[in-house]
Amino acid sequence: MNKARTNPLNAFAMHGALILYTLIALFPVFVILINSFKTRKAIFREPLALPDADSFSMIGYQTALKQGDFFLYFQNSLIVTVASLALVLLFGAMAAYALSEYRFKGNTLMGLYLALGIMIPIRIGTVAILEMMVATGLVNTLWALILVYTAQGLPLAVFILSEFMKQVSDDLKNAGRIDGLSEYTIFFRLVLPLVRPAMATVAVFNMIPIWNDLWFPLILAPAEETKTLTLGSQVFIGQFVTDWNAVLSALSMAILPVLILYVIFSRQLIRGITSGAVK
Amino acid sequence: MTALSLKNVNKSFGPVHVLKDINLEVEDGEFVVFVGPSGCGKSTLLRVIAGLEDATSGEIHIAGEQVNLTPPSKRGIAMVFQSYALYPHLNVRGNLTLALKQERQSKAVIEERVETASRMLGLEPYLDRYPSELSGGQRQRVAIGRAIVRQPKLFLFDEPLSNLDAALRMNTRIEIANLHRQLSASMIYVTHDQTEAMTLADKIVVLRDGRVEQIGSPMDLYNDPANRFVAGFLGAPSMNFLPASTLTPDDPREMGLRPEDIRLEGGGPIAGTVSHVEHLGGDTNVILQTQTTPLTIRLFGQHAIAPGESAQFGYDPARAYYFAQDGQRLR
Repeated sequence: MNKARTNPLNAFAMHGALILYTLIALFPVFVILINSFKTRKAIFREPLALPDADSFSMIGYQTALKQGDFFLYFQNSLIVTVASLALVLLFGAMAAYALSEYRFKGNTLMGLYLALGIMIPIRIGTVAILEMMVATGLVNTLWALILVYTAQGLPLAVFILSEFMKQVSDDLKNAGRIDGLSEYTIFFRLVLPLVRPAMATVAVFNMIPIWNDLWFPLILAPAEETKTLTLGSQVFIGQFVTDWNAVLSALSMAILPVLILYVIFSRQLIRGITSGAVK
Repeated sequence: MTALSLKNVNKSFGPVHVLKDINLEVEDGEFVVFVGPSGCGKSTLLRVIAGLEDATSGEIHIAGEQVNLTPPSKRGIAMVFQSYALYPHLNVRGNLTLALKQERQSKAVIEERVETASRMLGLEPYLDRYPSELSGGQRQRVAIGRAIVRQPKLFLFDEPLSNLDAALRMNTRIEIANLHRQLSASMIYVTHDQTEAMTLADKIVVLRDGRVEQIGSPMDLYNDPANRFVAGFLGAPSMNFLPASTLTPDDPREMGLRPEDIRLEGGGPIAGTVSHVEHLGGDTNVILQTQTTPLTIRLFGQHAIAPGESAQFGYDPARAYYFAQDGQRLR
């Protein structure tokens, strides 16, 4: 089929480059992972060595699980991430559908206004957001984080999804209208399944920054019962002493859920990224 | 009874005036074809009839009822789309039954209608397949079936054959004609292909730039076109236009001659050099370069004419059409 693909030298070079990149990208993760299973001394003596019988220790995991309510942090992170993603996808898709499907005055202007959010970082408004949250009594609730992350994710979601929705055949939507489907049914049953790859793309792009965020949890929800995992891990980092075992263990455990979510979305994601190029 | 009547229908998209004062009556059981070059507004007109676009002004009556404000699903119409527009998440049976389920028809009625339609279109073996597992022709049949099961007062076809290959197009064309005979339903069919229009229609509506140029039976339009546009649009190869002064001195009119009305005639008034010949077996098409314009000539049977030869042709003056400078027919 493709000549470049059948050429073994090219294939070798290509795979070599990809493998090299994968190794570089995974190396820090790998170092975190192996060191999380070592004693404190071993971490500092030979940071790159694999844990052996001498240096193996679960002390990090024990501290992480004992000190602070690790499972609660975990649960908080998961609730915030999943709820924000769900809201971003739902409202993003609805706004994108309105922009791409209906002709109304100021349609283009509205699209540009929404796209503006991609360029202006939401953190600029932190003080105002904090004041708003204080006024509404949402400080130290998970809702504060969910709302902020939803606002943060919407611009990109609307932008990407409206482009994809423009490609959904008009005939299909019109066939639905003639067959008596409501606009909601057309949106949920006909259009959404066809833009699933784009939804997965948006989900992945939003998921990781939300999961890893330290800024907003620290400012809006630093209370013990609303701490997220990233914020919770910070208790082990002190000004003078840092419990590296615990930090590394907590981070190792924090990788897992994102990894699982990513696997769920990834098949769709690849379709989403390549669909424009291949079809 | 009239299946459809349009009164002074106008449609604008912002400043663009797409449909201009369309008046049209479709009788019960009639097969009406909208034909015109792309961008002439024929698809827009179909959408206005279907209710997918609102008319800017004017009245639309379907089966005697004014439907300007009726949503598409309540207008008693069914539409077949160019891209088939089958629901990808439903199998063939699901595609056929969705509209009936929306209408809350009883199970027995749905079952019976699906059976009739699928027998009519030979869809029985595919009822459990999904659209992605069907060929283009089969998908088109499902799309037609989806319209039939609704038993609409008016069928709307939006260029249903343009995604099919040539052989399949001809078969499907005949099937649609048969379907029209069997169902004796009123149908409106949009196409840019004048062959489809000529072969299917009881009545052709020729549109240009959002205006109706002429309405009539295929042979009426062919034999008695109202203007130069209609004359040139219908018939393949299309009519030749030449200044009448070429044949009769000082005649300011424009003359139209159908390719088949020109015949080989030694010493005839039309003379020139043959620039190209198409041997089709049954016909021979000759492109003749005259002093003023190239002419297409359709000769019946096979003729040994080669490019580069000079040849003379004659015509029947009674079969010549004359047009004024503005394109109107002069009789």
